[in-house]
Amino acid sequence: MKIHSKIYMALIMLFLYAPIIVMVVFSFNSSNSTGVMVGFSIKWYGELFNSSSILNALKNTIVLALCSSVISVIIGTLAAVGIFMLKRKWLKSSILTVTNIPMMNPDIVTGVSMMLLFVFVGQMLGMREVLGFGTLLIAHITFNLPYVILSVLPKLRQTDPHLSEAAQDLGCTPFKAFFKVVLPTITTGIVTGFIMAFTLSLDDFIISYFTSGPEYQTLPILIFSMTKRRVTPDIYALSSLIFVVILVLLLIMNITQSRAENKSKKLRTKEGY
Amino acid sequence: MNTSSRASGLINAPYTAWAMIFIIAPLGMVAYFAFTDRAGNFTIANILSLNNYLEAFLRSILFALIATIICLLIAYPLAYILSKSKANLQRNVILLIMIPMWMNFLIRTYSWITILSNNGIINSILSYFGVGPLRMINTSGAVILGMVYNFLPYMILPIYSIMSRLDNNLVEAASDLGASSSQVLRKVIFPLSLPGVISGITMVFVPSVSTFYISQKLGGGKMLLIGDLIEIQFQSAYNYNLGASLSLVLMVLIIICMAVMNKFAYDEGELII
Repeated sequence: MKIHSKIYMALIMLFLYAPIIVMVVFSFNSSNSTGVMVGFSIKWYGELFNSSSILNALKNTIVLALCSSVISVIIGTLAAVGIFMLKRKWLKSSILTVTNIPMMNPDIVTGVSMMLLFVFVGQMLGMREVLGFGTLLIAHITFNLPYVILSVLPKLRQTDPHLSEAAQDLGCTPFKAFFKVVLPTITTGIVTGFIMAFTLSLDDFIISYFTSGPEYQTLPILIFSMTKRRVTPDIYALSSLIFVVILVLLLIMNITQSRAENKSKKLRTKEGY
Repeated sequence: MNTSSRASGLINAPYTAWAMIFIIAPLGMVAYFAFTDRAGNFTIANILSLNNYLEAFLRSILFALIATIICLLIAYPLAYILSKSKANLQRNVILLIMIPMWMNFLIRTYSWITILSNNGIINSILSYFGVGPLRMINTSGAVILGMVYNFLPYMILPIYSIMSRLDNNLVEAASDLGASSSQVLRKVIFPLSLPGVISGITMVFVPSVSTFYISQKLGGGKMLLIGDLIEIQFQSAYNYNLGASLSLVLMVLIIICMAVMNKFAYDEGELII
């Protein structure tokens, strides 16, 4: 690679990581400023574990992400199987078009539209406060579903339809054939869908912002309300910790992946391909 | 045949119901609120009053267009360089590009304040060299920078994924037949990478044109975008009807932009063939 290509790449990396470096550095600030570095201290990391609002929001975020991704994987896998089985083309394409809507629409419109529905239904039922965990859960399931469906569908297309038929010829009920034959072959798609749903749900701010109530705050919503006032370095400390966790997880994934690739390469050369 | 279509109907029922209630109905709600007043009577006053916000609409489109073009100009060479480099480097750089996407965008955007503010990092470095403080924060440039920063990975990844799968034989064939390297780029590589470019453009333009957090933090609340106006209507002014009509227009605007672009891409595709 030429030297100017290297410089170009390095500059883009600097651009992408500059705010993250700033965040990590200022999380060790001894004063409560996020503008001027005064001295080194790790007190914000200690503060983090004493802040009940941050810990509570973290717990809320994880609970919501787990519930919404599990439910959307169940509904989404079922939906993918249903869509795959559909014979009528126009029906299939119209369901897929509707599935694409939450992905194509800007998040703010998705959030606002769901909020309007919840408020409207809440008014009809005479409820004073509709927005809360329930509405957040519904919203998260809704924006997760397309990602689950679109990661399971291609796997279904790759499976051999004769396998399921063979299982049924050999005496399986269609139900049993699905669990014994089809499900194992689409597992990777389901796992991908789950991971995507989980991470999207963890990170979502815009849709949650419009569909959540005051009593169930997730971490991104808490961060937003903190940045409306003055940010103290404790939130930087939290983000730095999250950054380290993500970095370690991805590095492990990357290393295992490249090891597996090297192994298969070696195997292939041994077998003389 | 009959039982199988009944079975597929049964499997499809839960998701179809979910999509009807939580995807289609909320969009209907947006239209309903946009064309009614607070008492629920039909009116077009909301839509007519949007004339007052023409400036914000034009500004949003302009900023999003500039940010999209800058992203494309940065991402395209990077994707090209990357697709030509060693497999190991490719994987590591892609990983490095994806890590920031996993971090909360509110915090990453907020960190830019520390970098850009009047007594921030860049200005401290500049004053060391005797250059007076530059006003960077709360300018339109800062807002566009925030958009480019947040959405650049969404431009890099689709273009890279197309380029890395490009058939190298086509490039070699073109050079064997006497094409210069710039001709190869123009006549072979660019047309083949167009699908990646198109999806990159949509993935950057849609969130840029509808953002509100970036303009709030880096624009100092002085440069209102459509997203800001919608957010204000729903979170502080509580004028849901006006907010709904703003959302409706935003949605229509994006549909028009995408239709124009898809048509453009289609024509371009035919031209090449």
